[in-house]
Amino acid sequence: MASIAPEFSATDAESGAAVLRVEELHKYYQMGENRVHALRGVDLEIKRGEFVAIMGASGSGKSTFMNILGCLDKPSAGRYFLEGTDVAALDKTQLAGIRNRKIGFVFQGFNLLARTTALENTELPTLYARIDKTERRERALESLRLVGLGERTDHFPSQLSGGQQQRVAIARALVNRPSILLADEPTGNLDSRTAVEVMEIFQTLNEKGLTIILVTHETDIANFARRSIVFRDGTIRRDELMAKRSVAAEVIRTIPRLED
Amino acid sequence: MDFASTIQIALRALLRNKSRSILTMLGIIIGVGAVIAMIGIGQGAAQTVQKEIATLGSNMLFITPGSSTRGGLRIGWGSTKSLVTADVAAIRRQCPAVIAVAAGTQTTAQIVYEGENWGTRVIGTTPEYFDIRTWPFQSGTSFTSDDVTTAANVAVIGETVRKNLFASTNPIGKKIRVGDLPFLIVGVLVAKGQSAALSEDQDDTIIAPLTTVQKKITGQPWLRFAMASAGSRSGSYTAQAQIGALLRERHRLRAGQADDFVVRNLADIADVASEASKVMTVLLGSIGGVSLFVGGLGIMNIMLVSVTERTREIGIRIAIGATEGDVQRQFLIEAVAISLLGGLIGILAGIGSSFVISSTAGWPVAVSVTAIAIAALVSIAIGVFFGYYPAQKAAGLDPIEALRYE
Repeated sequence: MASIAPEFSATDAESGAAVLRVEELHKYYQMGENRVHALRGVDLEIKRGEFVAIMGASGSGKSTFMNILGCLDKPSAGRYFLEGTDVAALDKTQLAGIRNRKIGFVFQGFNLLARTTALENTELPTLYARIDKTERRERALESLRLVGLGERTDHFPSQLSGGQQQRVAIARALVNRPSILLADEPTGNLDSRTAVEVMEIFQTLNEKGLTIILVTHETDIANFARRSIVFRDGTIRRDELMAKRSVAAEVIRTIPRLED
Repeated sequence: MDFASTIQIALRALLRNKSRSILTMLGIIIGVGAVIAMIGIGQGAAQTVQKEIATLGSNMLFITPGSSTRGGLRIGWGSTKSLVTADVAAIRRQCPAVIAVAAGTQTTAQIVYEGENWGTRVIGTTPEYFDIRTWPFQSGTSFTSDDVTTAANVAVIGETVRKNLFASTNPIGKKIRVGDLPFLIVGVLVAKGQSAALSEDQDDTIIAPLTTVQKKITGQPWLRFAMASAGSRSGSYTAQAQIGALLRERHRLRAGQADDFVVRNLADIADVASEASKVMTVLLGSIGGVSLFVGGLGIMNIMLVSVTERTREIGIRIAIGATEGDVQRQFLIEAVAISLLGGLIGILAGIGSSFVISSTAGWPVAVSVTAIAIAALVSIAIGVFFGYYPAQKAAGLDPIEALRYE
């Protein structure tokens, strides 16, 4: 793997500082007559350089929580600080700026633009950041190298395997050098070997200092994280450091390559 | 996102659905094409009418004896003997709005110069005729008032006659024969060309003193026509009224009795022509307007379809940091690109079809730069107007819903 951009590595002064903090977070949805209480008072602090797995059954509130962390949704009550900024106080344009520069999204379904090359997909966030053309290209190529896709930059998503598509998605998430990487079931559509390969990328990025929040319902995927948080009924039921952490580079050797 | 990238993305989206984009443009292409062609043909026609009227003479009045009725048979204009030289003299004296007036008669004759001969129109008139018709000489001069008084055998020829009889020799000072009479050529008129209104070649004529033609060729002392000019357009209406009143008085017509003469004002003809082309422009313009409106609705329709189809793409863009403005601009520019491209194709189609029409129907065409510029601006306006709602819809999508959209 290529060298990691210095932006990801925490300096001594910053290390251990909270990259995000939520206090008494609530979220209600009005569904016709019923009011669904999706989050019932969540308190959480995540420090720079952490690798957190968020687990929970569907309906536990973990997706709602992720959407709020990703500034795609707003809490009904409570406070959310991202790098010390109270996100609730920001307007729509400022939130777009936060999503663009502070947060990198990785989705289960990859969500790449069809008929758009890997390089152009990776470049997309830099376009919205109004970075100039040469630097856009440089950053996108650097990001792609970071996820091990230095060559296939001019391929369309349809010409790439699932694992490669997810790598492009990760490269896109990293291109604006975000504070946190939010991954929502990133291995859900991948076979087990490719899933571990993606986890290997995550672990490497995390070792270089990148803060990662990973939502998954698979325990063996969660095991690659350093800390695990379990949601149930809209609250955090468990929050602990991973006792027996898996190392992707080792696990990968135990999985046979699928021959086609 | 910067403007260049937005345009690039919009064009790429259009290229992905080539046939759909072209079909969507069709309404705008037809609308703009129709308007451009219509304006081109309409203005060409208007210019032709103006040019025609200018060649006949500006602020000119044309007086002819009325039609006569013999035993129920109505004979055409100029068939009565009611208009005479004394009438013209009275107009000159008693109508203050008339600046110049010329009496005239007309016949046809065979004219001969050396071995060549040519059948042409012979006009007998006075020197004022050339001023009233604003008809300059390419060489020589007019005959004089004295020539009219003495019924001298002098003549002025038109360009067509010169070409047919003289080819390359200078006709000034040459003798030609009109019937049996020898005439000395004193002047050659500048070419005026074909008159579509009169459907005759204005240059196919020889013009001699009135008295000479009356006494020596036709033997008719009455006039076939008179021409008068007024100082201005408004003056021409005054002159028309003055001449009408004077001639009724001189011809002793009682109240209720019809005129035995006709006074035609060229300004009237011009007004009718411009009125007609105005009606034409409004009519055709509204047809174009309707097609543009329908074309705009087509764009709105397709853009709404496009927003729905690309819901997920919009969700992705919002998630990675596109603002509402970014999304709105992207779709708005796409709509403008469709309509502007359609407009440009329409402009070319309009220019092309107006030339095709002009060459097949023989109508002149004036391609107006203003019309083209307006068509381009209107196309942009249509794109913005009809693209606004779909773009607004795209920008207002909830990213969480949009990302879940299949």
